[in-house]
Amino acid sequence: MRYSGLRVIREALNGQKGWKPAWRNPEPKPNYDIIVIGGGGHGLATAHYLATKYGEKSIAVVEKGWIGSGNAGRNTTIVRGDYTLPPNTRFYDHSVGLWEKMERELNFNVMHSQRGLLFVHHNDSERDDHYRKTNIMRMQGTDGEILGPEQVRKMYPSMNFDGRFPITGAYLHRRGGTARHDAVVWGYARSADRRGVDILQNCEVMGFRIEQGKVLGIETTRGFIGARKVGVSVAGNTSRVMDMAGIRTPIESHVLQAFVSEGLKPIIPGQVNYGAGHFYISQSDKGGLVMGGDLDQYNSCAQRGNLPVFESVIEAAVTLFPMLSRARLLRAWGGLQDMSMDGHAVIDETPIKGLYLNGGWCYGGFKATPAAGECFAHLLSTEQPHELAKPYRLDRFRTGYLLDEKGQGPNPNRQ
Amino acid sequence: MIINHPLLGPRDRQEFTYLGDACLIDRPDWQAGNAMDQFYEYVYLRDDPAGEHRELWYHEHGDRSWLVVTRNTVTHEITNVELASDVARKQGRSK
Ligand SMILES: Cc1cc2nc3c(=O)[nH]c(=O)nc-3n(C[C@H](O)[C@H](O)[C@H](O)COP(=O)(O)OP(=O)(O)OC[C@H]3O[C@@H](n4cnc5c(N)ncnc54)[C@H](O)[C@@H]3O)c2cc1C
Repeated sequence: MRYSGLRVIREALNGQKGWKPAWRNPEPKPNYDIIVIGGGGHGLATAHYLATKYGEKSIAVVEKGWIGSGNAGRNTTIVRGDYTLPPNTRFYDHSVGLWEKMERELNFNVMHSQRGLLFVHHNDSERDDHYRKTNIMRMQGTDGEILGPEQVRKMYPSMNFDGRFPITGAYLHRRGGTARHDAVVWGYARSADRRGVDILQNCEVMGFRIEQGKVLGIETTRGFIGARKVGVSVAGNTSRVMDMAGIRTPIESHVLQAFVSEGLKPIIPGQVNYGAGHFYISQSDKGGLVMGGDLDQYNSCAQRGNLPVFESVIEAAVTLFPMLSRARLLRAWGGLQDMSMDGHAVIDETPIKGLYLNGGWCYGGFKATPAAGECFAHLLSTEQPHELAKPYRLDRFRTGYLLDEKGQGPNPNRQ
Repeated sequence: MIINHPLLGPRDRQEFTYLGDACLIDRPDWQAGNAMDQFYEYVYLRDDPAGEHRELWYHEHGDRSWLVVTRNTVTHEITNVELASDVARKQGRSK
């Protein structure tokens, strides 16, 4: 069923009786050509591209809970392409381009809104750093511009400009913005399902069947499922799922929290980042303020966060927007992120034949969803790395070709 | 989260900073023949279990000692805390 304005009107006149489930709930078949583990944004985007762009016919996505129950349904939905290392700029620039045409491609409203990403600075050295960053971005063809304090004041009059850390300006990345996270999952699931991809929910992978260095299939809570190729795309569970295949990865699990206020009238038009602490905020279309900050800082599989981070996020919120001290917080939650040793991802083959990995996305995985799906589908189908994903090798930690955008060293909790 | 410091008793987690897997105590010998491989594994490949994890914490806002803390990464229950220097000595190191 195609979604359209006309369809909405027709269904309204029809008592809304014509809508059908957007995807099936099939039984697992004994064998598939390609199995993707993980029904998050990345796994489903991979299936979508495998079916649409690479013409694969026998595909399953295996998800331990319901699709979108991982980070895809828990993140703060920031989509941006403001990186400086050339491989990252190329990749994320391409990704933002795919976001711009996602809704047409999927025939699904993902509410992608390029409302502009603003990063404020508070002193000369931060300003100089933002000049450096935006210059690098512009030289590589991405948008980024520096605003003076008056321009910022016009956009966000409610910000505290003269507090403990006065705001002296900002950089603006106009193509940055937000999207509706669940809709991205549903849009890719619907598109993949329509092309015959089996989405197997409540199907947890418990192990791999590997013989003579080649993967033969996966052991799941719904039995053994055979496959010629298996792609692992499980975000925060990467290190443990790869352990099942006997592969140690340079990736750890850490918790990142998100906080949402009660619904308010529109007060924050874009996406704002604080310079004097780690804090970011935007307003959802429902009116809730969506906020986040640091990781909990130690390895965690708890899917819930600690109080010190809660405190620091709220403190920053009130420092930047004093009016928020009266707003009430509605919800807070945590998600498991796959933090890698240089802060960047892996899309690569593994030492086991037929087993491929897409993981280590750290903070940046939501914005990467379409491009990661496309690159992973390319790798799974052609067995060759996609041009954009060539730097995202698993062995770069051994060879020294790191993508250490922030220069933090091998500290996953600091990336 | 409260960490029961072996010398100072129960202290709030915010007095500490976190480094990571306790295997970081065992720095490889830089003169070994396969030092490159050993250092690759030492620096980049660490345990990341859902369950008990031995890890290094630094008492930055306290007595500046390094601790080996055994913590469950799912429940955050801490079952053992030792001075990292004691752990190293038990392994036969002199300092
Ligand atoms: C609080 C928070 C805020 C974030 N904010 C942003 C942001 O603003 N911008 C941004 O770009 N990124 C953000 N991220 C990161 C981003 O959400 C992730 O990097 C991205 O969603 C990961 O890809 P995914 O969607 O495929 O992951 P997930 O949705 O986590 O998908 C992985 C799936 O694998 C499944 N799985 C795991 N183990 C198994 C198994 N054994 N068998 C079967 N299935 C399994 C899980 O259930 C899960 O559904 C944020 C993350 C968090 C937690």
